[in-house]
Amino acid sequence: MRPQSTRSAPNPRGGCAIAVGTEHAPARGNDAGSPAPDQAQLEAARKRAHRRKLSKNWSLFILFAGPNILLILAFIYYPLFSNMYYSTLDWRLGARTATPVGLDNYITFFTSPSGQEVWRVTGIFTLGAVAGSMILGLLIALVLNKRIPGRTAARTAVFSPYVLSGVGVALVWDFIFDPNRGALMHLLAVFGIESPSWKLDADWNLVMVIIVYVWKNLGYCAVVFLAGLQSVPRDLIEAAMIDKAGAVRRFFSIVLPLLTPTVFFLLVTNIIFSMTNAFDILRTMTPTGHGTNTIIFEIYLQSFGQYQRAGYSAAIAVVLFFTLFLITAVQLRYVERKVHYQ
Amino acid sequence: MTQRPTSTPAQNPGLIAPKSRVRHRGELARAFSRQNLVDTLLTGYLPILIALMVIVLPLAWMISSSFKPPHEIITLNPTLLPQEPTTENYAAVADRVPLLTVLGNSIYVTVIGSSIKVLLAITTAYALVFIRVPGANLIFLGILVALMVPPEVSMLPNYLTITSLGGYNTLWGIILPGLGTAFGTFLLRQHFKALPKELFEAAELDGAGHLRKLFQIAVPVSMPAIATVALVTVVNEWNNFLWPLIIVDRAEKMTLPVGLNLLQSVEQLTSSYGILMAGAVMVIVPMLVIFAMLQRYIVAGLTQGAVK
Repeated sequence: MRPQSTRSAPNPRGGCAIAVGTEHAPARGNDAGSPAPDQAQLEAARKRAHRRKLSKNWSLFILFAGPNILLILAFIYYPLFSNMYYSTLDWRLGARTATPVGLDNYITFFTSPSGQEVWRVTGIFTLGAVAGSMILGLLIALVLNKRIPGRTAARTAVFSPYVLSGVGVALVWDFIFDPNRGALMHLLAVFGIESPSWKLDADWNLVMVIIVYVWKNLGYCAVVFLAGLQSVPRDLIEAAMIDKAGAVRRFFSIVLPLLTPTVFFLLVTNIIFSMTNAFDILRTMTPTGHGTNTIIFEIYLQSFGQYQRAGYSAAIAVVLFFTLFLITAVQLRYVERKVHYQ
Repeated sequence: MTQRPTSTPAQNPGLIAPKSRVRHRGELARAFSRQNLVDTLLTGYLPILIALMVIVLPLAWMISSSFKPPHEIITLNPTLLPQEPTTENYAAVADRVPLLTVLGNSIYVTVIGSSIKVLLAITTAYALVFIRVPGANLIFLGILVALMVPPEVSMLPNYLTITSLGGYNTLWGIILPGLGTAFGTFLLRQHFKALPKELFEAAELDGAGHLRKLFQIAVPVSMPAIATVALVTVVNEWNNFLWPLIIVDRAEKMTLPVGLNLLQSVEQLTSSYGILMAGAVMVIVPMLVIFAMLQRYIVAGLTQGAVK
């Protein structure tokens, strides 16, 4: 719509390199020509040199960082602000005209039944995804923390789903969940349980995508937990062993309290990830968003699904951004950075 | 939780003298005692085995099913391995979508996109750390905030921008909006900041400029960190789904994840799961191979980038 800011994106490399060269040359000439200067002259020269150095640094800085900064401005910051503008419009994607409606889109999102359904689904998905991957991840990390051969290979295997395409993973699980031909149906039949018809029911749909998300994500939690566990001082645990504290007692009295920063860190990142990273699984397993329209999915469905309500979609995007901003602010405020960045 | 109180002595020898090579007979005997072996199996290997099965079996099932003919897919008595292995599923994928073109697009987008992103991340991080200008910290803060903006938020305006630039259904339209890199810049800036200043002093005495300091000193000593950024970028570019889904609707310009999405929408029969699994293999296996070979860098990068 307003592409001006993006036109400047191409790399200004050539132009700036020349500017640097020409600015450097007269600088030397001036310095060489000044004969035994007094204090004031010296001061002025120093100032001039400083200014030259600064402008030379600026040219270099723009040469090095400019393209990236321009791209970030054009494709991250500009969208952020134009979304705020679009969010005040009643506007269909592709339509030439739009009606300003003030904050109506926001009010609709927070008060309409369909908007509240999005919050409900997002809440359940986030809760299930975060609790599931963190609890299972911690259990796996506790096992991998033992000194047994083969644990490095096991760690690699457990982490691997995290780097795989969400679309591919979702297709595989789609097959596994098939109530008539899927592997899970066969597995449940062994125990005499009939497979639910996952796809037909909105609630089962949500359970299904949570399971797949947890499967993909728990390796990340396990590896971060493992790093946390390995930083628990061994002498503390040995002291507890000498006091004949059992493994369960050791875990709850020593390990878990020392693990609190890791738990908090994972809690925050997992909440953010589950709100932003799940789109490919959701879209592939439940293309219409039946029971699975979390906030990111809703942004997509509203503007690019059947409704084409671009203004409403933009409002949801703005709400999502500020939600994430709030969560990150809490993290920065309350989490000690050194715990994670060493 | 999975550890039981009785397992207390199990790790004792290793704990007390982790590096000693000489082990006393008593300790050895204890380490191989029946009690200890049972403990290790029950609290160590058994849970690991269960975890591994949960992780590996779905992927094994995918690969196996991709070689099964339709009647082995719909059978009520499936076998783990295909009884009559066939590659017809892969041929069927190629029949429905222009497979080689789509694969080529994915490789093109991944290679070009990642190369530019990594280069931009290196130069930006270098500028932020080594080129003194007022306000550099403010710029860094701006990049940190950008790190928090998920692609879904910028999707609609970027769609309008790229469409108006004529980038709809083009590969550059897929690549361009993702090129600005906050993640790589952040990671490399932290790394460059930790480099010892002495490294650069000798070069400065020789009159080396920033370009030489960057490419002859900073980059060579930072290869592991750069590899980490590059690999994480490659993984993300390869798996990227949302943006290519929006900006492309012609099969010849699709990347693999979007091509699979198309495949899924034309294959609705139960018997066609084999074809879908063949498609899934093509998008999953390349990343599995890269991950298996270079997991150290990838894990480091993904677990370090607190806010991706």
